[in-house]
Amino acid sequence: MTIKCKAKMKDGAVEVKALMKHAMETGLRKDKKTGEPIPAHFISEIVCNHNGSEIFRCNMGPAISKNPYLAFMVSGPQAGDSLQIASVDNMGETDSGETVVK
Amino acid sequence: MNRREFNTRLAVFSGLGLGFASGLVPFSASAAAWPTTAFDAENVEDAMNALYGTTSTEMSDAISFKAPDIAENGAVVPVSIIADIDNVDSVALLVPENPSPLAVTFEVANPSRTTVGTRIKMGKTSPLIALVRADGKLYRADSKEVKVTIGGCGG
Repeated sequence: MTIKCKAKMKDGAVEVKALMKHAMETGLRKDKKTGEPIPAHFISEIVCNHNGSEIFRCNMGPAISKNPYLAFMVSGPQAGDSLQIASVDNMGETDSGETVVK
Repeated sequence: MNRREFNTRLAVFSGLGLGFASGLVPFSASAAAWPTTAFDAENVEDAMNALYGTTSTEMSDAISFKAPDIAENGAVVPVSIIADIDNVDSVALLVPENPSPLAVTFEVANPSRTTVGTRIKMGKTSPLIALVRADGKLYRADSKEVKVTIGGCGG
C-alpha cells in the first residue's frame, strides 16, 4: 500500500491524483562502472476501481518519469465513496492504494 | 488434529488466501493485454497501427495540451491532455522523437470532457501527439515543440 492518492469532487466529476514510488528503468541506461545495460523495470499497468468495477485503466511504457504521477477525471463516484488504485510492473510486482472521495 | 479437522482448516486457509490475493491484485484477465508491440514500435505509424489498427486520423481542435515550452530536464516533463469530445474511451500520448514513441495510454469512460495528466521522459526536443478515440473514430492533435535541454532517456 504505497500508492499515495487523493480524490476530490470537481464540477460534478471526480479528480483523482496518484503518486507511485518506482524507479521506472527504461532498459536503455548503462551501468557506469561495468557498462552492462540496466534491465527495464517499469510500472506497466494502473487500474482504478470503484465498487469493484473498473473505472480507469492506464498502460504505461518506460517513457514515464521516475516515481510516476497520474491525474485524471472520472465521472460516476460520489463524495464519500472509496476508490482503489492498483499497479503492476513488468516484473510482476504489485502495489496498491486507497482513498475516499472528498 | 485428525484428518477431517485438517481438511477443514486447509479449506479455510486457502479460501482466505484467495480472497486476500484478489483483494490486493484487482486485475482482470484482460490485464495480460499490455500492448507490447505498440510500446516497442519505433515510429508513430507502427505504434498507431498496433494500438488502434489504423493510421487514419482526424485532426481535432477539441484536444488541447498542457506542456512546458522548454523542459530543462527531459527526465520529468509534466503533460496534460484535455479532450472536449463526447464518449471518449481511449487516449494515447506519443513522443515522436523518443526511441519508442508511445509513452502511455489511458482507458477512460467519460461521457463528456476527458482530462488526463502525467509526467513523461523526453530524449530530445520534440512535439507531442495525442490520439483520442471516441465513438470508434480516432482524433489526433499535435502540440507545439517542447524544447529539451537535457535528455531523459539515459544512454
